[in-house]
Amino acid sequence: MDFYNIIFFLFALITIVSAFIVVTSRNIIYSGFSLLFTFFGVAGIYVLLGSDFIAVVQIMVYVGGILILILFGVMLTNKIVDVEIRTGASHMLPAAIGVGILFGALTAVMVFTGWKSEPGLVPQTTTVDIGKLLITDYVLIFELLAMLLLVALIGAATIARREKE
Amino acid sequence: MYQYFYELLGSEILATLITAAVPLVNVLLAALIGVYLERKVSAHMQDRLGPMRTGWHGIFQTVADFIKMLQKEDAVSTEVDKKLYNLAPVLVFTGSFAAYAVIPFSSKVIGTEAEVGIFYLLAISSLVVAGILMAGWSSNNKYSLLGAMRSASQIISYEIPTAIVVLSMVMYTGTLSLDKMSQMQTAYFWNWNILGGAEFGFAKFLLIPFMIVGFIIIYISTLAEVNRTPFDIPEAESELVAGYFTEYCGMKWAMFMLSEYGNMFAVSGLVTILFFGGYQSPLGYFGDAIGVHWMIPFEQVFWFIAKGWFFVFVQMWLRWTLPRLRVDQLMSLCWKYLIPYAFVNLIIIGIITLL
Repeated sequence: MDFYNIIFFLFALITIVSAFIVVTSRNIIYSGFSLLFTFFGVAGIYVLLGSDFIAVVQIMVYVGGILILILFGVMLTNKIVDVEIRTGASHMLPAAIGVGILFGALTAVMVFTGWKSEPGLVPQTTTVDIGKLLITDYVLIFELLAMLLLVALIGAATIARREKE
Repeated sequence: MYQYFYELLGSEILATLITAAVPLVNVLLAALIGVYLERKVSAHMQDRLGPMRTGWHGIFQTVADFIKMLQKEDAVSTEVDKKLYNLAPVLVFTGSFAAYAVIPFSSKVIGTEAEVGIFYLLAISSLVVAGILMAGWSSNNKYSLLGAMRSASQIISYEIPTAIVVLSMVMYTGTLSLDKMSQMQTAYFWNWNILGGAEFGFAKFLLIPFMIVGFIIIYISTLAEVNRTPFDIPEAESELVAGYFTEYCGMKWAMFMLSEYGNMFAVSGLVTILFFGGYQSPLGYFGDAIGVHWMIPFEQVFWFIAKGWFFVFVQMWLRWTLPRLRVDQLMSLCWKYLIPYAFVNLIIIGIITLL
């Protein structure tokens, strides 16, 4: 087992254990903070796969943006007022069936896909290539997404603005 | 540096640990010297002497404080949320320490030469926010929670002008790697980005005013990101006791302090790399002049640390000069002034770079 294998298993362990806590913990704050480690572990696995840019985006968007937002929302509601927010597991059977089907489908895809396994060159960095692709082949999608985000931002600002009486 | 230790020791794990130890030593020293410097700077600005008794001019004061801190009882309130309370200082320190992975101390002393350098630096600082929220919530104290909320909202808001200025510099230099940015600003001060970059021409003189604006914006916003006065409302002692680390004592409190001083040096280093040539000497290298080329990396370490400490000193200077901002003033400064100016600056630098 070489160095990179150890790191991989470390990150995999972090991801799986923290994801397990996210779904099983009955305290929603614990779930929120465990999600931090899940995102972080996934980012580590991205790095090991050679996609450094995606890994950093993962941390930037999910940890820096979404997770902080979740924590903010949860914290303002919990403990300050006396309402304890608890998550309760319900509908075990449908959930089990749905997860089972998804797991089966993913396994099937993994097994039946003819993976190309040739020792390719791992690029030193992916940033330049991603940038070039974004403004050539995928420029339409890129611009549309930018528009979507802008619309969402303006919408949020409009909703949050206090009406002048 | 990793390569060098790898070839020397033949073990990847040892090489990684040694490479990681270099910035750790720097952070520890930064806290040790930083606290002493802060006391002295504040004292002299207020016409006092500051610590004078422990050693010559109180030079061992922080060492003595540190030994005291180690001996302190780890008092934990019964009402806190134990798991998160104990994890929070570690998380905050991890966030500020992880930033050092990409900061080049010289062309040889650099943790990783990863291409995503500066982007990683911006991303990993969000760990600090999560740690601060964790500390504030788990302390089960209204002051702590309010401090954490203020801190998180402040850091998130001021990340935007920082990111925009960084973006304009990335556009200008064409790379995300902090090492390459430093290399591009060669070893004379008129080639630094604040004076229009290394290329000599009409565009250089056109760029100077916008570079200065960019520098001022990023300096203000990084000051806010490390929660220093005039932006220290998260730990405003007259309102919130000590903000998010009110409930901490002993070594856990010391870890917050360590990460604060580590952060101060990290953002100073970032400003240095973006605008003031990084590790490059302002007047050429002594090693070049006398033909001793192995000396150059050591000179670079000296210049980087000197420039970094200069900006840390300016942060302290500002702390003891300016009064604290109100919450609404803080937010309007960020959203109504810094962000629009940063955007305009971004567009102008982009256009000049294209020309």
